[in-house]
Amino acid sequence: MLIIGERINGMFKDIGAAIREHDPKPLIEWAAKQKEGGAHYLDVNTGPNSEDQTVDLPWMINVLKDVTDLPLAIDTTDYDAMEAALITYGKPGALINSIGCEQEKIDRVFPMAAKYQADVVCLCINKVGIPKSADDRVAMAMEFVANAEAYGLQPDNLFIDPIILPVNVAQEHAVEAMETIRQIKMISNPPPKTTVGLSNISQKSPNRPIINRTFAVMAMAAGLDSAICDANDDELVDSIATARVILNKDIYCDSYAKVFRQR
Amino acid sequence: MATNILKERYSSKINTVTLGATKEEGGTRTSTVTVGGDSTMPFLHFEGDMPLKAVVAMEVQDIKPSWHPLLHQVYDSVMDCPVAWAKKVVELGADLVYLKLAGAHPDEGNKSPEECAKIVKDVLAAVGVPLIVVGCGDAEKDNAVLPVVAEAAAGENLLIGLAEQDNYKSVAAAAMVHKHKVLAQSPLDINICKQLNILISELGMSAENVIIDPSTAALGYGIEYTYSILERGRMGALQGDKMLSQPVICQVGYEAWRAKEAVASEADFPQWGSQAERAVLWEAMTAAGLLQGGAHIMVLRHPDAVRLFKKNVEELMVKPEI
Repeated sequence: MLIIGERINGMFKDIGAAIREHDPKPLIEWAAKQKEGGAHYLDVNTGPNSEDQTVDLPWMINVLKDVTDLPLAIDTTDYDAMEAALITYGKPGALINSIGCEQEKIDRVFPMAAKYQADVVCLCINKVGIPKSADDRVAMAMEFVANAEAYGLQPDNLFIDPIILPVNVAQEHAVEAMETIRQIKMISNPPPKTTVGLSNISQKSPNRPIINRTFAVMAMAAGLDSAICDANDDELVDSIATARVILNKDIYCDSYAKVFRQR
Repeated sequence: MATNILKERYSSKINTVTLGATKEEGGTRTSTVTVGGDSTMPFLHFEGDMPLKAVVAMEVQDIKPSWHPLLHQVYDSVMDCPVAWAKKVVELGADLVYLKLAGAHPDEGNKSPEECAKIVKDVLAAVGVPLIVVGCGDAEKDNAVLPVVAEAAAGENLLIGLAEQDNYKSVAAAAMVHKHKVLAQSPLDINICKQLNILISELGMSAENVIIDPSTAALGYGIEYTYSILERGRMGALQGDKMLSQPVICQVGYEAWRAKEAVASEADFPQWGSQAERAVLWEAMTAAGLLQGGAHIMVLRHPDAVRLFKKNVEELMVKPEI
């Protein structure tokens, strides 16, 4: 299961300050720290207070692209900023995070993905809102896949996010999301990948870490490929490593949790 | 009609490991041996690369063993002298010499670490191929002997062993300090195999300097256990498991020559046919099975088995037109 480390986000005070002052140090430190925790990708987000994402986002990418060998997930819905960031990144393997299921967005972003050889996080949400059922979510996934082929992308260049909602207010969604993940594996060959914003499941709940890691493990059993989450939550990473062993994806050894973090 | 062959795409490969060191590299070998580098399941040339072929190590001991008479027919005249024996196996086609310091065992002569080091140095002086050195099997004695051997042979890039889960620190540390490779043995258990590589790397010795001995079981006596470990380990390695990416050595000679089918007399089992042929085939077929499982270094005894094995390797290394 790919861990997309969520910490380099301007909504955190230290990153927000670093962006305002153009100080690369906190970004570099958190890149190293998240890799040590077990991250496979680093999410990069200017946060809500950026005055101009077309400036701030490429600045962040420029700082990170040469100091880490981890691929970057570029987290914005300002697609001008996204394009500027992809140009700055300058190499294949970025993850565009994200687009909703609306044709204008697909028409804007899928060509970018093809041009800059990036993958795309595709959210099962449209103008109407978030669907209730697994079937309605899968229908959106199929729309994304059909568009992918039209734009020259492979289905497995897509990371479909079935959208999870906080369990304390919208409890019925988690089960539908897991069923969606299961079904997505069957809609094409190769199938799209799947992802979730893990922290969403525990928003405003007092027991965030245990809710996050329990859902992570359950979703992995349904076939979840990746999650945007806290790479430095050791219990979460341990649970993910354990789930991989139980799912017979990694060969067991007594130090499996340690080895999972080393790559 | 054109057929589109569906190919697996793997993200990783087996480590490439070199044994022996030439003069330029700080040793005295006239040849070195490099194994590994596979980026596909064994012999699936259409799906990836097998840049290096499997090699043969032949067994030499520092004291005369009691092996089957057929093996004494070949080696008896040299078995009293490891130097002569080593020279003979190189003549017979060995790519490496596998030297077992059996005489160090408390019950077999109890040779001192210094005596053992001298034997190793004498064998190094006598042959140009790389050397594999293993202890007598008594943990306490080996922990005294192998560091001394490692120091005496510093620069020669030996493969030195055995390291086991419960006793690996001495030999791994000695190999690390004197820049040799470590032979890590596990008891037909892939989980222990992986854990041992982790333990060795935690000491500071990179797992890229390890050769795996998964333990060998002969044809008819559990070969499928070894085979399935080789298969699972290879799959893990190709999918990125760095603690199972090490090349593999199989001790075929010792195991195959224990089989009843190899050693039983024609008088006792007339329906089994010629004992000489059977014995050689039992060794060659055990090796053939494990070759297809992906083993990189085969430790063999009989020269006819060596010949058959090498022919087998040549034939399997031909890339078919697909």
